[in-house]
Amino acid sequence: MSASASHPALTPVKDRAIATRLGRRRRRTDRIARTLSLVATGIGLVFLASILATLFVKGFGALNLSVFTEVTRPPGSDGGLLNAIVGSLIQVALATLVGTPIGMLVGTYLAEYARGSRFGDVVRFVSDILLSAPSILIGLFVYQLLVLPFGGFSGWAGVVALSIIIIPIVVRTTEDMLSLIPNTLREAVIGLGSPKWKMIVLVCWRSAISGIITGILLGIARIAGETAPLLFTSLGNNAWSTDLSQPMPSLPITIYSYAGSPFQDWIELAWAGALLITLAVLLLNIAARSLLRGGK
Amino acid sequence: MSSTTTTATSRPALGAMQARSGAALNEAKVAIRNLDFFYADNKALKGIRLDIPDRQVTGMIGPSGCGKSTLLRVLNRMYSLYPGQRATGEVLLDGQNIISDDMDLNELRSKVGMVFQKPTPFPMTIYENIAFGVRLHEQLSKAQMDERVEWALTRAALWTEAKDRLNSSAMGMSGGQQQRLCIARTIAVRPEVILFDEPTSALDPISTLKIEELIDELKRDFTLVIVTHNMQQAARCADQVAFFYLGELIEVAPALEMFTAPKHAKTQEYITGRFG
Repeated sequence: MSASASHPALTPVKDRAIATRLGRRRRRTDRIARTLSLVATGIGLVFLASILATLFVKGFGALNLSVFTEVTRPPGSDGGLLNAIVGSLIQVALATLVGTPIGMLVGTYLAEYARGSRFGDVVRFVSDILLSAPSILIGLFVYQLLVLPFGGFSGWAGVVALSIIIIPIVVRTTEDMLSLIPNTLREAVIGLGSPKWKMIVLVCWRSAISGIITGILLGIARIAGETAPLLFTSLGNNAWSTDLSQPMPSLPITIYSYAGSPFQDWIELAWAGALLITLAVLLLNIAARSLLRGGK
Repeated sequence: MSSTTTTATSRPALGAMQARSGAALNEAKVAIRNLDFFYADNKALKGIRLDIPDRQVTGMIGPSGCGKSTLLRVLNRMYSLYPGQRATGEVLLDGQNIISDDMDLNELRSKVGMVFQKPTPFPMTIYENIAFGVRLHEQLSKAQMDERVEWALTRAALWTEAKDRLNSSAMGMSGGQQQRLCIARTIAVRPEVILFDEPTSALDPISTLKIEELIDELKRDFTLVIVTHNMQQAARCADQVAFFYLGELIEVAPALEMFTAPKHAKTQEYITGRFG
């Protein structure tokens, strides 16, 4: 008797009734939350699935060998996408070559040299803004910077625009991956009498490399599908061209102009191109994921 | 009275201390004078004066936050990595003040190596883990490097376990093996002083025993400083023990004396487990 008075939490009957009522309410809330989540997931999946299904049906229907062997031609004359594919590959590859080292170095600076510094915070902030900036703004920027002063649209301008898009992605992942490395590892390297740059290059980068490459692959996936920044820079080209000082064709631009055309064969080529980009991005994502998993 | 003070140390530890008690402390390899240390405005070490004897083991004990790890990180200037941390006074390594601004830190760290609480293998092969530090300071031929790697692994009691997997990743080793690899990596540089920052607190008892045996072995050639939370470990390994409390060095004495007849009440309270 006195024991139950001094331990009110242990008194039986009444509390159990409350517990049952509470439990029922929690279960009801849980059911509602779960149903809402499932419905939301369902809505998202329906749209994704219908986009992919349409893309695959129309894309595979339009896909044939001449897509890869013929350049774009006037409507009704059996063209392909060869020049657009090659143009995209050239511009994306060069943009990656330009953007990756810059992005990695900036990310390294932020993680290894500028921790807690004012300037580092500013750089990080600017880079994050760039990361989420509408890509058409970057296109316009390069248009003002390179296209107008140097007399016209060019592959180089496209490369620069795409580099500007990939740089902040690489900055972010490089910094994040380096930040995951425990400080004791750095101290262990420094403790052996290593200069800081050797610590970064020989140990930190090596520890973070799979994560950094993952970021680069995701960045490539992102710029491979960019259309807006290319509209104002490399413009597109209906002929075979590997001259970077001239307007250069690319898959997204070709899709953009063909899909809106009134010609059936052009529209089909646009579907084929859209499927190719989607598959490429899908492959890059799978590669990035498996790399990240294999690296751990 | 003496029975309460010896409760902190087990029988074999007492035997080990008695075995060592005949030998006097050697002359100082490192002499610390008037050392103050600051984390920004927070004074973490106050007027430390301590001699670290050559080729013997100095154990540093005390409750968390007492400054023992801070002192360890002064001895190889690890604190210089972090802006806002500074030391004043003198820390003389063979007569040279290592906390002066013109000290070459890479050279200092080649003389004063460090083993950390958690094993920190580099993401490379076992062989490369050891060669890494050596290459920072010396240019050796392949044969010389092979020899150095074998020497270091042998001294760290790891050669028999590692010799058939020198080219596999060090990340695949057990925690105890990784810690011995870190010791091998440190001695491969051939330092004069080795600092151990709670080297066994992340290890199982068997691995701990191996590391302690190793420490006993290594003091023939190296001056060792070990920070530990484990009183038995200090008793088993150390020739000299220093007790820190709230940033001050309360007492320093040969191990046997420290654990059987401490002079300060605070020391006695700590080693008998009444606080900390």
